[in-house]
Amino acid sequence: MARTATAPGAPTTRAGKMALEVDDRLIVAGPLRRTLNKVFPDHWSFLLGEIAMYAFIVLLLSGTYLTFFFDPSLREVTYEGSYDALRGVQMSAAYDSALDLSFDVRGGLFMRQVHHWAALLFVAAIVVHLLRIFFTGAFRRPRETNWLIGVGLLVLALLEGFSGYSLPDDLLSGTGLRIMSAIILAIPVVGTWVHWAVFGGDYVGELILGRLYIAHVLLIPAILLGLIALHLLILVKQKHTQFPGPGRTEHNVVGNRLFPTFAGKAGGLFFIVFGVIAALAGLVQINPIWLWGPYNPAQVSAASQPDWYIMFLDGSTRLFPAWDINLPGNYQIPALFWPTVVLPGIIFTLLALYPMIERKLTGDTASHHLLQRPRDVPVRTSLGAMALTFYIVLLLSGGNDVIADKFMISLNAMTWAGRIGMIILPPIVYVLTYRICLGLQKHDREVLEHGIETGVIRRLPHGEFIEVHQPLGPVDEHGHGQLAYGGAPVPKRMNQIGGARRAIRGFFTPIESPAAVELEQRREEHGLANAESRELTTSGRPSEGGRPSEGGRPSEGGKPQEPRD
Amino acid sequence: MTTHDTRPGSAGGADTPGPLHGGPDDDYTPEQLAAMSREDLDQLGARYDGVQILHVDPGPEPGSALERRYVRQVGAVFALAGLAAFAFVVVYVGSGWFLPDWEWTIEGDTWSTLFTPLLGGLMGLALILVGVGMVLYTKKLLPHETAVQDKHDGSHFDRVTTGATLVGGLHNSGLARRKLITRSLAFMGGGLGLMLLMPLGGLIKNPSAGNSLDRTSWAPYQENGRQRLVRLVRDDGTPIRPGDAVPGSLETVFPSRPGANHETDAATMLFRLRPEQLAVNRPREGQEDFGYGDYVAYSKICTHAGCPVSLYEQETSRILCPCHQSQFDITQGAKPVFGPATRSLPQLPLGVDEEGYFVALSDYPEAVGPTYWNRERI
Repeated sequence: MARTATAPGAPTTRAGKMALEVDDRLIVAGPLRRTLNKVFPDHWSFLLGEIAMYAFIVLLLSGTYLTFFFDPSLREVTYEGSYDALRGVQMSAAYDSALDLSFDVRGGLFMRQVHHWAALLFVAAIVVHLLRIFFTGAFRRPRETNWLIGVGLLVLALLEGFSGYSLPDDLLSGTGLRIMSAIILAIPVVGTWVHWAVFGGDYVGELILGRLYIAHVLLIPAILLGLIALHLLILVKQKHTQFPGPGRTEHNVVGNRLFPTFAGKAGGLFFIVFGVIAALAGLVQINPIWLWGPYNPAQVSAASQPDWYIMFLDGSTRLFPAWDINLPGNYQIPALFWPTVVLPGIIFTLLALYPMIERKLTGDTASHHLLQRPRDVPVRTSLGAMALTFYIVLLLSGGNDVIADKFMISLNAMTWAGRIGMIILPPIVYVLTYRICLGLQKHDREVLEHGIETGVIRRLPHGEFIEVHQPLGPVDEHGHGQLAYGGAPVPKRMNQIGGARRAIRGFFTPIESPAAVELEQRREEHGLANAESRELTTSGRPSEGGRPSEGGRPSEGGKPQEPRD
Repeated sequence: MTTHDTRPGSAGGADTPGPLHGGPDDDYTPEQLAAMSREDLDQLGARYDGVQILHVDPGPEPGSALERRYVRQVGAVFALAGLAAFAFVVVYVGSGWFLPDWEWTIEGDTWSTLFTPLLGGLMGLALILVGVGMVLYTKKLLPHETAVQDKHDGSHFDRVTTGATLVGGLHNSGLARRKLITRSLAFMGGGLGLMLLMPLGGLIKNPSAGNSLDRTSWAPYQENGRQRLVRLVRDDGTPIRPGDAVPGSLETVFPSRPGANHETDAATMLFRLRPEQLAVNRPREGQEDFGYGDYVAYSKICTHAGCPVSLYEQETSRILCPCHQSQFDITQGAKPVFGPATRSLPQLPLGVDEEGYFVALSDYPEAVGPTYWNRERI
């Protein structure tokens, strides 16, 4: 059947004809339609991973630009650029080219800062995305694989960040590299051999910068790119999770189709993320390497901190007690080994294995596509809050000298506060979070059973005051709601169920009088308002208003009800 | 059908598809599809993809006042974005041409100070406005539809048929029976894997070979056949005499060897103790004579992670490492008194040569810098 121009459905427009030509060759219409029709759930927390991906795109673009100018070499040169304060100073070619990039390339400083800010945002978005996945249970079967890939991405992002900020060979990055060298040396048995393999000899050698560079611009980004592609592929295949809500089941996704709604929003988000990074890069200085000076093993500045995502390891290193382990035969395991190799090893192993651990402990091996609210899984939520507390204590301890300095606290007191805090705060936070989860759960059930507190106090004929409650659905003969909790947010305020009048118009100042709006609405919804007010008087929560909870309350007909049990 | 289609091997699309073709093209003829409206076709395709459009809130009525207002809003946002983008171009291109020069100077010329903030501010503004415009467009002008898509677990049919194909292929290969082949394959795989990993061996080096972790440039050296002790010199290369510094002072010194002021393990701190400090000074056992008068010298490289310990608080005789806050008491043989460091800073044995300048009587008696597995044995 050769197509002719007169065949039904044959394109008549130029674009249509071109599309036909393309599809005749590539057969893409089917897959394209499936892609355009893909439904994405509509919730802000689903955008966190996207932010990370957009930051990664900005990183690739800005990083490629930087490679045009940067020279990752430890060759000694004399600085002759336009920054007067360092002119004539001996430095490595790496630092020299990073300075040239900052001062002698038009817009180079801006691009360097774009790259640095994008890196900070990239890791931050990954961490917040991970927290969202964790606290809503999105890692449960069938998504354990993607959780593992995600944890791998996080670890690689940390390595990528470290290898990146170590490149300029300024005093700060050199100090970081010095500590990394000590950490590698601290590995028992093979430490010196690994160090010699990585650095090509004793610290600092001549090779390390070139090796870090190729790892930073090729090796790690290539793996990151591959893993991100796999992460997304699995996501598309498994489809999104979604929060429970009307019409949402384990077997569907409710939301917007990719085209045009989701594409419009996601595209908009990309530009906003890029724009925020660009604005930060221009307006907020980051890593002013010319102030640190060239690396010199005999010099260091106070408040030498890594970028924020490595700071928890700096903190753990500061807090760990001076415990060398001396083994027979004059062998030693240095104190440095535990907080910098063992601790992150444990943290990331536990993180990676958490889905399997939870599956084992709860025995829940079913597939889940509906998310959980954190309050409904108090143990997981509390464990997460506990881990987060531990992490934050380490993170803050990574800057404890700055805190001590700015707030005039003893440095040693800060160290001890961190040492004690990292042990006693997590359990306290666990208990508190657990109680808060239970409290929130109970409140949800209470609202479902007794209705929303309206804030309307009514005096009954015999003088008793009660607060009127608005039930969310049908009630039984005791005035108790019959709705079951379905894992979705329960409205807690009258506004959320349309109980408030509409907002007064006007952006800076109101342009209409509230009283007029009130009147207008009453006119419009006369019948509805009547029905609602009738409902309001007939329901309420007996236990409110100082009334003993076991007491009955009169129904509308004045007939006393059965006492509640 | 054209003449080309009749030539052998040029059948083009002229032959008929086989009986296995199937699919929606059999269910809907072109005529049926041509009779359907665009909306119906959209919904039909969506249904094939397991998507159902539950509800559509149409956007603002075409031509209505509301639509005109939203169009104005979105248009204004995109126009502003374009304006900011062109302003970026003007600043980037015009600096040093019709605008003041952008290059940084120590005098702090206003334009060069503003150049980077302007670039960032304008690019940020342009991109954020593009994003805001797109979101506004989506939210205000597009119809809001609620769609639901089916989610399928793995198909039993797919599993069984794929399994049959896989197992069938494996069975036909006869690998399960032909043990010799499986064994030789395993042997080959192991060998090939190892072979491909071997070149990485080029990275491996023996850390014990050569001048490595246990030696520094402070070691006495041979010159013209006689042993020479290494002088202590400042960063600029000038030697130091006892009495050059006031009591309570600290100076960073290096071995007087070429390039030693950039060596990672050579930096040393030369302290002149105050009389009060000297009174309580308790050197490490066996190192009582390492000082010279009221001078003592300790390695500047922290025994914890190798940072230069730099901050000296002479009232408490403490040296603080700014990296992890290890603190060392220099009146107790630079013993660690707080923080994660476990070992004292190594002490350099001080002496004075015939010209009256400080020299190191020998290298450090132990390895300088961070602890490692076999440090004690080297």
